[in-house]
Amino acid sequence: MAQAAIELIGINKSFGAVRANRDINLEVARGTIHGIVGENGAGKSTLMSILYGFYQADSGEIRVGGKPVSIHTSNDAIALGIGMVHQHFMLVDNFTVLENVILGAENDALLKSSIAKARSELDRLEREYGLEVDPDALIEELPVGLQQRVEILKALYRGAEILILDEPTGVLTPAEADHLFRILKQLKDQGKTIVLITHKLREIMAITDTVSVMRQGTMVATRTTKETTVGELAELMVGRRVLLRVEKGESEAGAIKLSVKNLTVKDSRGVTMVDDVSFDVRGGEIVGIAGVAGNGQSELLEAISGIRHAVSGEVTLDGKPIDLTGKADPGELRDRGLAHVPEDRHHVGLVLAFEENENSILGYHDDERYLKGPFLDVDAIMADAKDKIEKYDIRPGNPRLKTANFSGGNQQKIVLAREMEQDPGVLIVGQPTRGVDVGAIEFIHKRLIAMRDQGKAVLVVSVELDEIRSLSDRILVMFAGRVVGERGPEATEGELGLLMAGVEHQEAAE
Amino acid sequence: MSTPYAKLPAWADYGLIPLINLSVAFIVAGLVVVLVGENPFRAAVILVEGAFGKGTGIAFTLFYATTFIFTGLSVAVAAHCSLFNIGTEGQAYIGGLGIALVCLSLDSTLPWWLLFPLAIVASAAFGALWGFIPAYLQAKRGSHIVITTIMFNFIAASTMVYLLVGLLKPLGSQAPQTRNFVGGAELPKLNWVIELFGAKIRSAPLNICFLLALVMAFLVWLLIWRTRLGYEMRTYGHSPKAARYAGISETRIVLTAMMISGALAGMMALNPVMGDQHNVAIDFVSGAGYVGIAVALMGRLHPVGIVLAAILFGMLYQGGAELSFEMPSITRDMIVIIQGLVILFAGALEHMFRPYIQAIFASFSPKSVGIEAIKGKGA
Ligand SMILES: Nc1ncnc2c1ncn2[C@@H]1O[C@H](COP(=O)(O)OP(=O)(O)OP(=O)(O)O)[C@@H](O)[C@H]1O
Ligand SMILES: [Mg+2]
Repeated sequence: MAQAAIELIGINKSFGAVRANRDINLEVARGTIHGIVGENGAGKSTLMSILYGFYQADSGEIRVGGKPVSIHTSNDAIALGIGMVHQHFMLVDNFTVLENVILGAENDALLKSSIAKARSELDRLEREYGLEVDPDALIEELPVGLQQRVEILKALYRGAEILILDEPTGVLTPAEADHLFRILKQLKDQGKTIVLITHKLREIMAITDTVSVMRQGTMVATRTTKETTVGELAELMVGRRVLLRVEKGESEAGAIKLSVKNLTVKDSRGVTMVDDVSFDVRGGEIVGIAGVAGNGQSELLEAISGIRHAVSGEVTLDGKPIDLTGKADPGELRDRGLAHVPEDRHHVGLVLAFEENENSILGYHDDERYLKGPFLDVDAIMADAKDKIEKYDIRPGNPRLKTANFSGGNQQKIVLAREMEQDPGVLIVGQPTRGVDVGAIEFIHKRLIAMRDQGKAVLVVSVELDEIRSLSDRILVMFAGRVVGERGPEATEGELGLLMAGVEHQEAAE
Repeated sequence: MSTPYAKLPAWADYGLIPLINLSVAFIVAGLVVVLVGENPFRAAVILVEGAFGKGTGIAFTLFYATTFIFTGLSVAVAAHCSLFNIGTEGQAYIGGLGIALVCLSLDSTLPWWLLFPLAIVASAAFGALWGFIPAYLQAKRGSHIVITTIMFNFIAASTMVYLLVGLLKPLGSQAPQTRNFVGGAELPKLNWVIELFGAKIRSAPLNICFLLALVMAFLVWLLIWRTRLGYEMRTYGHSPKAARYAGISETRIVLTAMMISGALAGMMALNPVMGDQHNVAIDFVSGAGYVGIAVALMGRLHPVGIVLAAILFGMLYQGGAELSFEMPSITRDMIVIIQGLVILFAGALEHMFRPYIQAIFASFSPKSVGIEAIKGKGA
């Protein structure tokens, strides 16, 4: 094996009673791409945060380039040539790319020489690694894929030899993800070392040289990627065999529960995002909406759930119209049996600063079950939260824990538990498994199918084609705000991919 | 989850950091004292003794604290709904108008225990009204509440001047204030409580409004953390998007929060007006609304913290008055400077020392080390 770029030896880290990392050993060879996989809450982010100086390990040793080091702050890590790209970007939105890159690395008061130096350095990095971005563009005007590139540039500008990426593709479109992987390969060819955390086992197979699996705070295995399979990795992660594609019986579609006719929605800038869309969802079926992110799916969900006003169209719930253009009130729709798992769980579906039990009633907080007159019935809320924690295996099972301290998959389970346990007639779900591990995906998919089998109408929007294909009884493809095709679950990936790219649509238009 | 930050133990967060901030404020204030040629240690002793040394001092300290508890709670309630209410000053002033109307018409007919509840309702209602208008403008017209509440402070001040030199002033009087209230408008003092502990009190304005303030602190805690309304306010305060998703009406929640905030501000006027002055005079609020912002921030928007911070500021007021009396070269203005320093370090620069303290904690906690850190060159 080539010389190790990083060695972690016997790392331990606890948060109160939670042992996030126990006796972790990890060795990453220089000039390789090393993947880390594991369930939500397995301790992947914690381990990398220790390496990057965000957390201090309770015990253990870190070696960089063979030498023992102590890393107290991220500045220590940067000085050691370690860079990190976080899942949630740490960029200043109203700064330009260039300003973001030099932020924290400025070394003259008027920034004149810093800027000049940064400009030529950026130029070099761009040429060397194919990391093209306009240095004078404002961050807020860049798509996420490019923002992520800026994060990578920032790390390289600070001389990173070791680059850690925590779930970098969660927010990317497939094309953007491909581009990212080309960049990573190029970095590797230049001798950089890369650690990649991801839930997408396909990505692991496609790009890494070696892969480690974590489970409940321990490191359970390290494999050479070529010698392992997706099935083996999934099994190692969860500790049992995992169904990568959940089995489901034939659907028995009943009466129309949700009907959408000629719906048109504009965004805040007045751009038409949903353009004359019509479809029905019947009880007992799952309708999936596929499409590349940003083709109007989000606005569609928001309009149906009453969060966003529509321009025109008609939506009926159980045959009765929903007031779309006037005062659509999500609370009222909830009372009428429409539950909504929003795409953006961090800002919409949850209040991260709340305790878990407080989030488990969000939107249902005016339900008598949780109230005693004007007061919250704390005991009832707590009992209810504990109940859901048990049913949905939410970990750690502490309803008093701040929601921000749950891992992504468990946060998603909190939202799902809340919405599904209300026993709604219609469930609409945006990105059901974004950032969620394979075990939890299996769990969530099984629950959605169980809802369907109980005769509920389920509408799922996802940018993951695999997910859409394995869940849906009918698939609608959205492109540029329109539904450009409907297919059965047997549709091939290629066929759907073409529809998603708008190919057939354009040909038809010509 | 993927963006963790180093955390401090709770005792450091709520005890150590405020203590360090305060100490720095006092050190800098001490330097100011040195600059005017006085002994800072003696000054500190006078200040603390003035505030807590004698019964009278304690009574004055708590009297001022009462005022700040009301304004601090007012700011905090709005802040939990992510509304920055700078209008506490004006809302308190207008609250005084409500009290004046009640007292002027009924003070000779009703006993205090009937007049007081009426005055509470009037002050709260007038304060709430003064909070309602900016809230309405924000919710319906998008006018920013920080701007409008500041403007409403000016409007309140002008209105009160107009009324106090005209309608509300007794004929023939030269002073811009109402006539003195009599009988029922004089609230019972609480000085005897302090005297129970053996201290002597000459005359001090501490009155039952202090108890009312403590009750309101408890009610605010109940409101914020135990009621449906408080839940909705906090949801909106943390994430307006989540509130929209949860079916919480933005208009309703903004209006309600600001009216409660205004009502608390208005009730502040009870303390100086009915407990001490027995009239409504020009500028009787004299900045207590703004101090409320510092009190709320320092108290971390929690009623217990607010009560403690209010007592601290009460101490600065009372001890400061004593200090400028004992050390003539330290003027009233210098006391204001010292108060300003406390606000600066404890409120505005609250996070200044946090990174260093975190670093110190990090280096004490068992760590991820072999030997020395290799700084400088990359591996
Ligand atoms: N600041 C914190 N306070 C308390 N518990 C924490 C904190 N940060 C993480 N944890 C807990 O430590 C465990 C490991 O979390 P970590 O974020 O490392 O998981 P992960 O493997 O990155 O999960 P995911 O795939 O969902 O991102 C979880 O149980 C989490 O709840
Ligand atoms: Mg993570």
